[in-house]
Amino acid sequence: MNYPESYFYTKEHEWVSVSGEIATIGITDHAQHELGDIVYVDLPKAGSHVDKGRTFGSVESVKAVSDIYSPVTGEVVEANEMLADKPQELNADPHETAWLIKVKLEGDNDLSGLMNAADYSAYAGAEG
Amino acid sequence: MPVQYSGLVDEHHTVRKAVGLFDVSHMGEIEIRGREALRATSFITTNNTAGLKDGQVHYSGLLYDHGGFVDDILVHRVSATDFFLCVNAGNQEKDFEHIRAAVASFDCEAEYASPKYAQIAIQGPLALATAQPLTETLLAPIRYYWFVDGTFAGVPARIARTGYTGEDGFEIYVAPENAASVWAAIMASGAPHGIKPCGLGARNTLRLEAAMALYGHEIGASISPLEAGLNWIVKFDKGDFIGRDALLRQRETGLTRKLAGFEMKGRGIGRDGYEVHIEGAPVGWVTSGSPSPTQNRNIGLCYVPSDRAAVGQKIEVIVRNQPVEAELVPTPFYKRPQ
Repeated sequence: MNYPESYFYTKEHEWVSVSGEIATIGITDHAQHELGDIVYVDLPKAGSHVDKGRTFGSVESVKAVSDIYSPVTGEVVEANEMLADKPQELNADPHETAWLIKVKLEGDNDLSGLMNAADYSAYAGAEG
Repeated sequence: MPVQYSGLVDEHHTVRKAVGLFDVSHMGEIEIRGREALRATSFITTNNTAGLKDGQVHYSGLLYDHGGFVDDILVHRVSATDFFLCVNAGNQEKDFEHIRAAVASFDCEAEYASPKYAQIAIQGPLALATAQPLTETLLAPIRYYWFVDGTFAGVPARIARTGYTGEDGFEIYVAPENAASVWAAIMASGAPHGIKPCGLGARNTLRLEAAMALYGHEIGASISPLEAGLNWIVKFDKGDFIGRDALLRQRETGLTRKLAGFEMKGRGIGRDGYEVHIEGAPVGWVTSGSPSPTQNRNIGLCYVPSDRAAVGQKIEVIVRNQPVEAELVPTPFYKRPQ
């Protein structure tokens, strides 16, 4: 699997892509594959606040429900509305069209603790 | 056994519509042999062992004196002096200790036979078409819950028409050293029928749609077969068996809780362990819950007070601190077309 080079990755299998003061957050292809057929995606509303390292939503598949953790702190400016009706898109295109939320960054958002694409690819591969 | 191969839902549909293959070699086997094997097996299990014919199988309960489950098992009668028990993987050592102690006063021996067997389950409407080319034993005449000892894919095998999916199918017991070649032969024979290997995830959604119990969920040491709705495997009139007195007392005093099927009405899935409320008050818990891939609804099983267990009862399932509406519905959720 190709993990986009410009993204950063968490140990909990989220990705974050930063452009200016807006961070886009999603779950990785490895995560969607492990979860299997996704049936619900619960996301925060625009205007709510997310904190780095804290859970902000959940993804539920046929077999399990899994919390999603935010890699950054900030205010949610948009949640991906498509996923309310088409949660299965998260299985199909987790790195692009099926992003979860966009966050306006606040304060110090140091991403140096996250993995780059190559490191994450090795990490996810080792997890099997 | 992995959770999934091609994907849980894909595997699930494959078993409902065509044929799937499960490596269930983790399941345990215990053999009871000897002059009094029949009496001993009858004493340690709840179902009517004496009613079994040679080559017949039934589902049964292995109980503690207090009426709770040691395990739920399949009893195969090879002959009056030879019984073959298929037991749950996680319970097999406990089961064997329980059985060995319980049959000590009978003229028979219990053997921990798991190392002798691998088990492969072929399940689905095309299971017969997949399996028949691999054996000279005529499979069509084997009725549901009967078995035959023969040769399968060139090796000695016990071929049972049993399963845990709600579909037609076979469970094949072979020596572990033959398991890989038998698996490969079944995959090749099933290829024209669209056979796929299936994992633990599909095994769970399939058995849940068929409302079959899973140890540690619907049943366990603190749950009796009467509470679990398994009255049909309890034969009080067959003579004494372990747990009989406790079940008789429970039958006389009445049940306080019962297993019931539910369907989610609001958005959410009731998962194992979630609380069940009625009119805002906690009354029970979910034992298993999942989307039903066959029926496109969110289903589950739960314990509720026995006077609130009727079909149509409104309940709330607490999904991540939010009550979500649900309703008790008939089980099984799915029944295969005859």
